[in-house]
Formats: sequence, C-alpha cells, structure tokens
Amino acid sequence: MTHDQVKEIVLNIIKVVAPDADVSDLKGDVRLRDQLEMDSMDFLDIVMELRKRYKIEVPKEDYPRLASLDGCAEYLTPRLQGVAVS
Amino acid sequence: MSTADRIVITGVGLTSPIGDSLETLRANLLGGVAGISTIETRFMGEVFAGVCRYDERKYQKAKERRRGTRVGSIAIYCAGEAVARAGLDSGGLDLSRVGVYLGVTEHGTVETENEIDVIRQFDYDTKYWSHHHNPRTVANNPAGEVTLNMGITGPHYTLGAACAAGNAGLIQGVQMLRLGEVDVALSGGVSESIHSFGIFASFASQNALAVGGDPAQASRPFDKTRNGIVVSEGGCVFVLERLPDALRRDAGILAEVVGYGMNSDASDPVMPNTERQVQCIALALERAGIEPGDIDLVSTHATSTEVGDAREAAAIRQVFGDYHNVYVNNTKSFIGHAMGAAGALELAGNLGSFADQVVHPTINVRELDPECAIRNLVLNEPHRVEKVDFVLNNSFGMLGINSVVVVKRYVA
Repeated sequence: MTHDQVKEIVLNIIKVVAPDADVSDLKGDVRLRDQLEMDSMDFLDIVMELRKRYKIEVPKEDYPRLASLDGCAEYLTPRLQGVAVS
Repeated sequence: MSTADRIVITGVGLTSPIGDSLETLRANLLGGVAGISTIETRFMGEVFAGVCRYDERKYQKAKERRRGTRVGSIAIYCAGEAVARAGLDSGGLDLSRVGVYLGVTEHGTVETENEIDVIRQFDYDTKYWSHHHNPRTVANNPAGEVTLNMGITGPHYTLGAACAAGNAGLIQGVQMLRLGEVDVALSGGVSESIHSFGIFASFASQNALAVGGDPAQASRPFDKTRNGIVVSEGGCVFVLERLPDALRRDAGILAEVVGYGMNSDASDPVMPNTERQVQCIALALERAGIEPGDIDLVSTHATSTEVGDAREAAAIRQVFGDYHNVYVNNTKSFIGHAMGAAGALELAGNLGSFADQVVHPTINVRELDPECAIRNLVLNEPHRVEKVDFVLNNSFGMLGINSVVVVKRYVA
C-alpha cells in the first residue's frame, strides 16, 4: 500500500468523524487539528475507526505521529501492508 | 400572586409522530390522523412505534449529531423551534439567564444497547466500546446538548420523572422563573425510547405492549379491546417567561401556566393510584385558585392499558363528575406514548383549543370500556365547545409519580 492510498484511508475516516469538514484541500504536512475543527474526542474516533476497520492498535504514546496526514501515512503504511483497499 | 410570579408560554417547539410544529400537530389532531407505524427493533422484529420526522440538520451540524444522541437531536430541534417561535432568536438574549429543564422517562438505555451491539461484533472486546458513551449517557444529556448547541450558560438538567416527566420539566421551569434563578426557561420533555429494544421487551413481558391489527388503531385508550401501550419518540419544549418580561418585549402569549401539582403514590411501582391522582389534580386546582368546574378541558394521560386507563377515569369522575361543562380527551390515541415527551406534547396539542374552541377527540374507541366511562369524554370526532379558558393536563408515571398542569387562555 502506498502513502497516497493510506492518506485516502485516513481521509475517508475523517469524512465520517468530521462530516461537516471540507477535506478536499488538506495540507499533508500541517497538523490536522490546525486545519479542521477537531478535538481530542474526534482524534479518538480516528483511532477507534482504525481499530475497527483495520485491526490497527495505536498506542497512546504514538498518537503524536498521527497529527498530520503525512505523519499518518508514514506511521500507518507499514502497519497496513496486506490490507485490501476498499 | 404578584405579576412577576405569573408565568406564560411564549414559544413552543415540538416534534411528534404527527407533526414537527404546533400547527401540524393541531391540524392532525383535529383531522383524526394517527401517526403510528411499525419499525424493526433489535431481537423483537416488528413493533408498533411512533416515529418522528423532522429536519435534524435545521439547528445541528452533522458532527454534533454524530457525537450526540437521538434525544439530544430531538431536544435541540425543539428548543431551536421554540426559541424561534418566541422571537428570541435574533439576539439580545442573555444566555446566562436561560435555564434548560427537560423531563425524561429514562436515559441511556438506547446508547448502552447500541454499544453492546458494537462490541458483540468484536467478540465482546470492550476496546471497541465508544469513548462517546459516557457523554451520551449522563442523565443531563439532552438538556446539556441544547446548551452546547445554543451557547446557553445558565443551568441545565433533566428531570427523571418516568411518564410524568413532560409536565415535570414544565413545572421546574415555572418554579425557577418564580425563584428568579433564570429569566427564560426552556422547559418540557423529550424521548428517544423507540430506539431501545428494552422498553418494548419490558412492556411485552408486562403484557402491556400493544400488539396486532392496524398500526393506526393500535393506541386506543379507553377502548374495551385495547391491549397495551404504543411506544413513541418525541419532544416538546416551551419557552417560559415571567409575564412582565413577555409584555415588555411584546411577545405573543400562547397560555399562562396558572397551576401545577406533583405528588407520589407511595403504593406500587407500576400500578397507578386513583386517590393520589385525585389529590394531585386538587393540588393543581388549588394553586390555580379555581374549582373543578372552572376547567373546560381535561387532557388525560391514559396509555391504553386496562388498569391505568380505568384508574385515571375513576380519578376524573371523582373530581369532575359533577360538572357538565368539563370535556375530556386523549392525545396518545394519535401519537402513542411519547414517554418523557408525552405530558408536554399532549399539553401542546391542546393549546390550540384556546383559539378554535374545539376539543380534539380520543380516537380509536370502537367500544368504550364501561370502566372508563367519563362524562363528556370526546370520542372519535372533534367537539366544538362554547369556550376553553382552562386546560388541565394529566401526566403520571411508574414508581407512582404524578404531575398535573393547569394552563389558562391568556387575555391581554
């Protein structure tokens, strides 16, 4: 799975977690919370969706690595190998 | 009573199985339109239910709705409509002086059942239990969601009062206004009960759930063939203000809340108590400073159960039996039992009678249960009367909680 495919996975989750948000022009290297109206509960929703959809466990100490789309891609790509893109 | 202690209703927002505004509710009550359908409920299959259709997005963003509860959504819609109808939505409202007091029959069962269903799909691993469960299930949830949505910084809480809750919410608002705690009260009741299988299953186990036949005729209080309750969702929020405040801003006044009573049966967890109902009605009349014969219309609580309907009928006969001018009706025959919202919705459904002098009927009565015979019980067709100046609204609930409200037509 490529970084772009992983970003797509994260964006699809964000669309569910923040349904009012415009995610069409998100910058990859800027913190998601600086671009979207998101709080810690929303972030926990992202973690939960990763768990439910892809069986990925993100330990609390790794949460900062999911701060931006680029960070998500870097952190999640190795963990999503072998997962079929829906 | 000083003028400042006189409390008036200046706005109503509601959603019910037969309409999402005061006008549509009234039109359907006068038109004989019942709003019961069938829904699929977890583990039980099809059940009768009263379902609300309103615009969830009118006052709430999709994300707020996703994080919150159905009953929070209902409360936000009703509160938004009520404030708009009261003309208080254009600014100038001191949000620190607004209180939100909403009656609920129960809260949290829907959300807990949903979460159990989620973790069931993951072999009951509680890692999949939502972090939203606690904020969704705290008992103040629906009232709290209203404050978050509207930026209200005054007090908020729900009143757990079983099926007497709609009146209880209204009464709390009246009391808080009289105490000077707030200047505007958003008061009433809300329910999301149809989304819980547990409430259906429990009524079924109690042999108190309506089953069989045409959904539109499933809720039939006072009918000899009735076989139980139809559970509904709904909400109704009143804007309450002190009379001088309402007059100062030239608000439209829908009614004055002149009396109320609340008491407890202290006799049985589920079986109602005629004597205590009589005492509760008497208390409300006393506070209103009127006699039974001053009431023009009694809005009954009757839920379409054998014992409950008969015991309330006995209470009404005892208090009002000597008076030829007192008419009696029932709204659950149209909308089912909206639980925490019931008392408030049923009061709202009758407010129109101040203007049109028509008493909407209790429908679906093919054969009146002799135990429920009440003078001037308006059956199946609306009835025009000479005047409606006072409406008395009954609302009773499990654990023996009774609430009665008396409202008066406002004359400037």
